[in-house]
Amino acid sequence: MLSQDSLVMTSVDEVLSWGRKNSLWPLTFGLACCAIEMMATGAADYDLERFGCGVFRATPRQSDLMIVAGTVTLKMASRIRTLYDQMPDPKWVISMGSCANKGGPYWHEGYHVLKGVDRVIPVDVYVPGCPPRPETLIEAVMMLQKKIRVTQNTLGIFEPRKHA
Amino acid sequence: MISQETIVPGSHESLKTDELLINMGPQHPSTHGVLRVVIVTDGEIVKTARPEIGYLHRCFEKHSENVEWGQVIPYVDRLDYLASMNNAMGYSMAVERMLGVEVPRRAEYIRVIIAELQRIASHLMSFGTYGLDMGAFTAFMYGFRDREMILDIFEKISGARLLYNFMWVGGTYRDITPEIVEQIRSFLTYFKPKVDEYNTLLSYNKIFIERTKDVGVINLQTCFDYSLSGVMLRGAGFKWDLRKDVPYSIYKEVEFDVPTGSGEMGTLGDCWDRHIVRMREMKESIRIIEQLLDGIPEGPHRAKVGKIIKVPAGEGFSRTECPRGELGFYIISEGGTGAYRVKCKSPCFLNIAILDELGKGQMVADLVATIGSLDIVLGEVDR
Repeated sequence: MLSQDSLVMTSVDEVLSWGRKNSLWPLTFGLACCAIEMMATGAADYDLERFGCGVFRATPRQSDLMIVAGTVTLKMASRIRTLYDQMPDPKWVISMGSCANKGGPYWHEGYHVLKGVDRVIPVDVYVPGCPPRPETLIEAVMMLQKKIRVTQNTLGIFEPRKHA
Repeated sequence: MISQETIVPGSHESLKTDELLINMGPQHPSTHGVLRVVIVTDGEIVKTARPEIGYLHRCFEKHSENVEWGQVIPYVDRLDYLASMNNAMGYSMAVERMLGVEVPRRAEYIRVIIAELQRIASHLMSFGTYGLDMGAFTAFMYGFRDREMILDIFEKISGARLLYNFMWVGGTYRDITPEIVEQIRSFLTYFKPKVDEYNTLLSYNKIFIERTKDVGVINLQTCFDYSLSGVMLRGAGFKWDLRKDVPYSIYKEVEFDVPTGSGEMGTLGDCWDRHIVRMREMKESIRIIEQLLDGIPEGPHRAKVGKIIKVPAGEGFSRTECPRGELGFYIISEGGTGAYRVKCKSPCFLNIAILDELGKGQMVADLVATIGSLDIVLGEVDR
């Protein structure tokens, strides 16, 4: 049992990863229909904040998670890249919905739709659905937290990401 | 509205600052999506506010030319994703007129009940996000809490929470059961007093009134010049509602009022007027549903149109009153299994055009109040 003067031995990596996974700050960034479901996830019934991920920030410079919620058009793609570059490291991306994953229903004829946001920014978790239910987004956040939990080399300089 | 003279009386020439160009959006919490507004400011005063659209152009008209008649409905759902049911109803009506199909009465009842529920859900969303824009977070939580109850009903009848694919050519895709009627009834009993509660919470809140009265005033002539419709027009005091004036479906059999703005708190046609019209419309929607719930006739919920619809060559048009204004569909058919062309006349596209006119001379903070009161959905602006 732990008492007041107990010592806990752990590694710096463990502590930092544990802290990071429990305080994800997503970017307020809605593109289309999925954004409504993202808002519903943060609102009364589903309450994303229970999972340590709910402080939606309005600026990319204060956030470490980007939820790409909606259809990415060609006009928007370069802006998403800019927003991603403005976020401080370490940062993660959830691609929410079929449109952000692979173009969704706009795959065949969508001449102005980017066929997958992973063509401009690296994606950690893909969420299927059109639009995904709030529970699905929560599941994705928890999956991302598992990934962050096992991240190594948290103090070191991050290796430059391999961009798509 | 504060003019430059009232800020620095008499000395504004010595204090004149350079013009500053600000990009508001496409990523901005109060532009309701991916709208970009190019603002030229002189200090805090907005000189021009030009909306730049096209960040969500999803090629709706191209899709509708290449898929079958029924397959267009999912794309129609995704135009105005806060009011999918109303959109799909408009499109289905246009196709039915071209086919010459008589919609069964049961289907008409279901359609109107569901469309009015969708209108409540859409206005609740507008109420919540407008509160959020004005710095009242509680409104957002309350709005979403009640909206979830409507979504539960929609989920039971269609299987989806947001984009339903429920209204179908010739009627509705699925029937509704007596349990769902009971659920709608219990929701109305719960929700009826809530509208007044929300008015007390937000609409008649002193801070909210100060933020919205006399801001973004639209006079009637400007409304006509810019071809505005829906709440924008009614907020300026003009009583025009397609459900009342050009009745479609079974709207002429139900009794309801058309609420208009009256300049209660400040000038006629300001942001507060538009907000209160939305709140009052929710009450009218409740009235409409209550009248219809008891008398849903028995019978089929869909006319026989066949699995593969073939529409005779010709043109068809429908216009319906959506939560955001008049939505029109103009369709040309060449007699095939798909449309030759579908033109969508969207209310949001016309409503957003007035932003530059409204923005001139405002403070930057008031511009946020103005954009919020337009209640635009970018999916419908860009299509």
